Amino acid sequence: MIIHHPLLGPCDAQEFTYMGDARLIDRPDGMAEGSDAAFHDYAYLRENPAGEHRELWFHEQGDRSWLVVTRNTLTHEITQVELARDVARKQGRSR
Amino acid sequence: MRLRTGGQIDRSTQISFRFDNRWYKGHPGDTLASALLANGVRLMGRSFKYHRPRGPLTAGSDEPNALVELRSGGRQEPNTRATVIELFDGLRAQPQNAWPSLSFDALAINDRLSPVLTAGFYYKTFMWPAAFWEKLYEPIIRRAAGLGSITTKPDPDAYDKGFLHCDLLIIGAGPSGLMAALTAGRAGARVILADEDFRMGGRLNAETFAISDRAGSDWAAQTLAELATLPNLRLMPRTTVFGAFDHGIYGAVERVSDHLPTPPMGKPRQTLWRIYTKRTLLCAGALERPIAFAKNDRPGIMTASALRAYVNRWAAAPADTAAVFTNNDDGHRTAADLIAKGVKVAALIDTRPDAPTIAGTELLAGAQVIDTSGRLGLTGITVKLANGETRKIKTGALGVSGGWNPTVALTCHQRGRPAWDDSIAAFTPAGDLPPGMTVAGAAEGQFSTHAALAGGAAKAAQALDDLGITARTPDLPQAEDAPTKITPFWHVKGDKRAWLDFQNDVTVKDVKLAHQEGFRAVEHLKRYTTLGMATDQGKTSNMGGLAVMAELTGATIAQTGTTMFRPPYTPVAMGALAGRSTGPDFRPTRLTPSHHWAKEQGAEFVEVGMWLRAQWFPRPGEKTWRDTVDREVRATRASVGVCDVTTLGKIDVQGRDAAAFLNRIYCNGFAKLAVGRVRYGLMLREDGIAFDDGTAARLAEDHFVVTTTTANAVAVYRHMEFARQCLWPDMDVQLISTTEAWAQYAIAGPNARKLLQKLVDPAFDISNDAFPFMACAELTICNGCPARLFRISFSGELAYELAVPTRYGDALIRRIMAEGTEFGVTPYGTEALGVMRIEKGHAAGNELNGQTTALNLGMGRMVSDKKDSIGAVLSRREGLNTPDALKLVGLRPKDPQTRIPAGAHLLETGTRTIAAHDLGYVTSACYSPTLDSYIALGFLKAGDTRMGQTLRAASPLTGEDVPIEVTSPHFVDPEGERLRA
Amino acid sequence: MHDLTPLTALGASKPRSDTIGPVTISEAPDVALASVTARLGQEAACQDALRALLGIPAPDIAAYASGPQLSAFWIGPDSWMIMAPYDTHPGLANRLTSVCKDTASVTDQTGAWARFDLTGPDLPRLMERLCNLDLAHMPPGRARRSVIDHLGCYVIKHQDGILLFAPRSAAQSLHHALLTAAQAALR
Repeated sequence: MIIHHPLLGPCDAQEFTYMGDARLIDRPDGMAEGSDAAFHDYAYLRENPAGEHRELWFHEQGDRSWLVVTRNTLTHEITQVELARDVARKQGRSR
Repeated sequence: MRLRTGGQIDRSTQISFRFDNRWYKGHPGDTLASALLANGVRLMGRSFKYHRPRGPLTAGSDEPNALVELRSGGRQEPNTRATVIELFDGLRAQPQNAWPSLSFDALAINDRLSPVLTAGFYYKTFMWPAAFWEKLYEPIIRRAAGLGSITTKPDPDAYDKGFLHCDLLIIGAGPSGLMAALTAGRAGARVILADEDFRMGGRLNAETFAISDRAGSDWAAQTLAELATLPNLRLMPRTTVFGAFDHGIYGAVERVSDHLPTPPMGKPRQTLWRIYTKRTLLCAGALERPIAFAKNDRPGIMTASALRAYVNRWAAAPADTAAVFTNNDDGHRTAADLIAKGVKVAALIDTRPDAPTIAGTELLAGAQVIDTSGRLGLTGITVKLANGETRKIKTGALGVSGGWNPTVALTCHQRGRPAWDDSIAAFTPAGDLPPGMTVAGAAEGQFSTHAALAGGAAKAAQALDDLGITARTPDLPQAEDAPTKITPFWHVKGDKRAWLDFQNDVTVKDVKLAHQEGFRAVEHLKRYTTLGMATDQGKTSNMGGLAVMAELTGATIAQTGTTMFRPPYTPVAMGALAGRSTGPDFRPTRLTPSHHWAKEQGAEFVEVGMWLRAQWFPRPGEKTWRDTVDREVRATRASVGVCDVTTLGKIDVQGRDAAAFLNRIYCNGFAKLAVGRVRYGLMLREDGIAFDDGTAARLAEDHFVVTTTTANAVAVYRHMEFARQCLWPDMDVQLISTTEAWAQYAIAGPNARKLLQKLVDPAFDISNDAFPFMACAELTICNGCPARLFRISFSGELAYELAVPTRYGDALIRRIMAEGTEFGVTPYGTEALGVMRIEKGHAAGNELNGQTTALNLGMGRMVSDKKDSIGAVLSRREGLNTPDALKLVGLRPKDPQTRIPAGAHLLETGTRTIAAHDLGYVTSACYSPTLDSYIALGFLKAGDTRMGQTLRAASPLTGEDVPIEVTSPHFVDPEGERLRA
Repeated sequence: MHDLTPLTALGASKPRSDTIGPVTISEAPDVALASVTARLGQEAACQDALRALLGIPAPDIAAYASGPQLSAFWIGPDSWMIMAPYDTHPGLANRLTSVCKDTASVTDQTGAWARFDLTGPDLPRLMERLCNLDLAHMPPGRARRSVIDHLGCYVIKHQDGILLFAPRSAAQSLHHALLTAAQAALR
């Protein structure tokens, strides 16, 4: 597969490591009340859609950026690639 | 026999080759099959199941029959198609699946047993008892039915891999491919033209019709000559594009040296190319399919197009008399070409009552071949005429044409399915091609030469237009434009066996049986009968098989559909897939800075991940590795030892938020670690399981160096980058690996400080007060060499880790050894390192095994609940914190000299060794020279409450059952006095 | 001055050089390297500091550039590798730290990477057997990291050839791969 890295352009997927569902960005607050239930869902419940999926890829042998790749799991068509850091910020993550 | 003239062979050169223990002569340009036919040899193999005599059915890579073992020794290659083996001087090939000889094969008895060897016989015959499968049935079947044998010797040749980039990949160099290449090449696009054949030109080399004012093969040669001058175009003959993968990536195998006796020095036999292309034009042509009729598998019977290819391209006729059996006009070309070459054509048998006549032979319209004769080769056929009479015809060759199948395989590699086209009675590429691919010529179902040329040019121009490159279509040369005229006809009805799949010995009857037994879907049909399996993947047989099935079910062929086409298109050698990554080059080897020195010392090495680490340093007189390791441990604990620990991962963590960041990565606290101090840290996975451990040294307020275990260095770095970029993107923290930048040595033992004081420059005070346990500093050694010193201990001794820039690593170990002579400094390897950490009760990879928690490891209280850190929340869940949770314990055998097997399970004395009684397991075991006893670490249910209990360590695998006593995991210096000394 | 003698990544006191056909592959051991990564919010200030030091702007994404004394290539977002002759810049990282101050995190990488200099005509023909980068069409002044024989390596194309950086511990494996591929491609 070819991943169109937002900074580097087309890169062979062999340079990447795959992690899975991009919802792993949405880590719950560990100090919040009732966080155990939230962490249970976070750690164990994943969508596994036959179709469009947002997933995390790490450019391990490249520039070491984590990317959020929107990929159709049926056709492997990739429709969007973003820097995970930008996505995380957009989703309100900070520090 | 060889025709007197013609053919694209070099008659001026004669080359010798050997087949079936006999020498023959051929010419450059021959294939093994063409040369054998030219020598009058039609019998080239035995069939898979019935061991029936077989000759070539085709003249290309779709060949199911003429499979041979090529070469010998480590180079022996089974199932090689004689139809594509390029002849070279000294070539040796042997028939396969025949014993004692090709012409007399004892297992031809199978042919008599055919009534029981029908479809699904595996499933029916050898049902039970199950144990018989492995020991009896399978070996028998494997011996009797099968293809070639593989060599057990290593392949002496090299294989290579590579990557190519282009705008347009053209697959196939027939008329459409050549025209496409001309169009795109002249336009300046980056073009790759790949063809599986050693002579490019496709069917043009096998046909007699003209293009413009010259022979098609001459036009091809001339076009190729022009293409060869274009710097932007790469011609790749002998290259099979075998798979269409995602996003414009294609796999191709180039047979660099297969046409040579041995590869030239330094050259690979084959190269596997990964081709990245923006657009692809498939010009793979079409393959002719046979018609099934009784005994249609005799040597001498082949597809009509193969027959004329042998005559036209190779001037090789299988016999002096031939006949043709066809259901379409293209079969007539074979008859005409044979007649033109002086081969007698006994009859042209056409299933169509309204077939056109041709000059030079008798047309039997509306007739069918109903039987054949000839034990080891065709001698005659029986024809049922239109009027119902039968006629016997003597002939040594029969060309059969059931129509042409476009070579759609690559269009289907991304789940595409072809569509049925009634006008040519074949499947053609449908709309769901791999993105970026278009198809031209016969592969698209455009069978005339004119259509191929026009299609190639137009489709290439269109593909380039997509890319913004303007291409001018070259003037189209004049070429034949005959329409396809075919009346579908799949098999002649009758009781005798009529072969559909020659390679797998699947007959029309087998398909009927599959239908009768309910295996009607094409994928079921394939599995049940083996139709379309093995090396040719049914290129000549699938269509016939599913047509027969369609007839039986009453469905149309379109409704019946095809099986899935998957890569590779033709077989790919494992060697090519491995490329250069074989033997010692299977993966890179990482060498430590002390490697060359350690080698000089005679060290034994062990692979740890990609690293090669010294395992121990044997000395003369030591009989076993244990002697060596025991000595290394004793010497270290008595005075001082040194060990290369460079392989531990090192990650530089900097930034204003570095401390806060580590506080979230580690389950224990790091925010308050003082500058100049080191702390042990445990990382958890988010599910609460221990992930990795190591130390973090604070070199400055905003600068830490984190160490990881050797095995997890990459994973920990990835994890930390994930946390930095995805979880807390606004923390000011920067990460970079520095594993390779520093050569690091552990110096351990009571005399470690004294030795270090000889190395560290006097400006730096490393006395116990100034540089206590868990201190760290940047300093200089050996009169000004920059270094880092960490007072940390894995062995439990007074110990330090000293790091210098990697380039000085070799010099440093030599200096340590020289300065340490007075203390008897002893180098130790990973084994002694392991023994000492077990003695000390330090967890390592065996304990951090992906199933254990901080609690299990005896570090439950380290998990801070005052902060949010990765894994902390789920580590507190109930299921991981039960009273009988596993706890890390020490284990000592009742008899100190009885070893405790690693991996053994812990059970109460007197209980049966069954899972229900399992109390835990042994993770690490060794002989402790310090205690003069075998010892072990293990996880034991409620282990902390079982100190002093006697249990047993049982290993059903080895039969060992050892009474043991539960102890603290800290066998040596439990109070930690040594490391603070 | 200390008296520890350095060893090259290939384990010798002198750098190795091999010529295969038209291509020469040389080990370049005397290179000082340091990584510079801008601190959060200090990206512009870091670039200013680098410009002052390098005499040229910090290279853009996937770029390589040479200043009067130092050269630099992009290795990641807001992150560069700075390169200088070791003899004249043994304390490169310290110098960068003093110039960048708290606008950047600096890490000495001198020993971390083994550099091989590839010169000669038709280098893409060699490189196409090693990595997936399209070096034939890559303009000079580009720097990319990619996989060569399972190893993450930096590949820099410049006017006179290619610089290849491999993890130092695997220098021998990479060197072997280079020679093998050169034999296959060029001889």
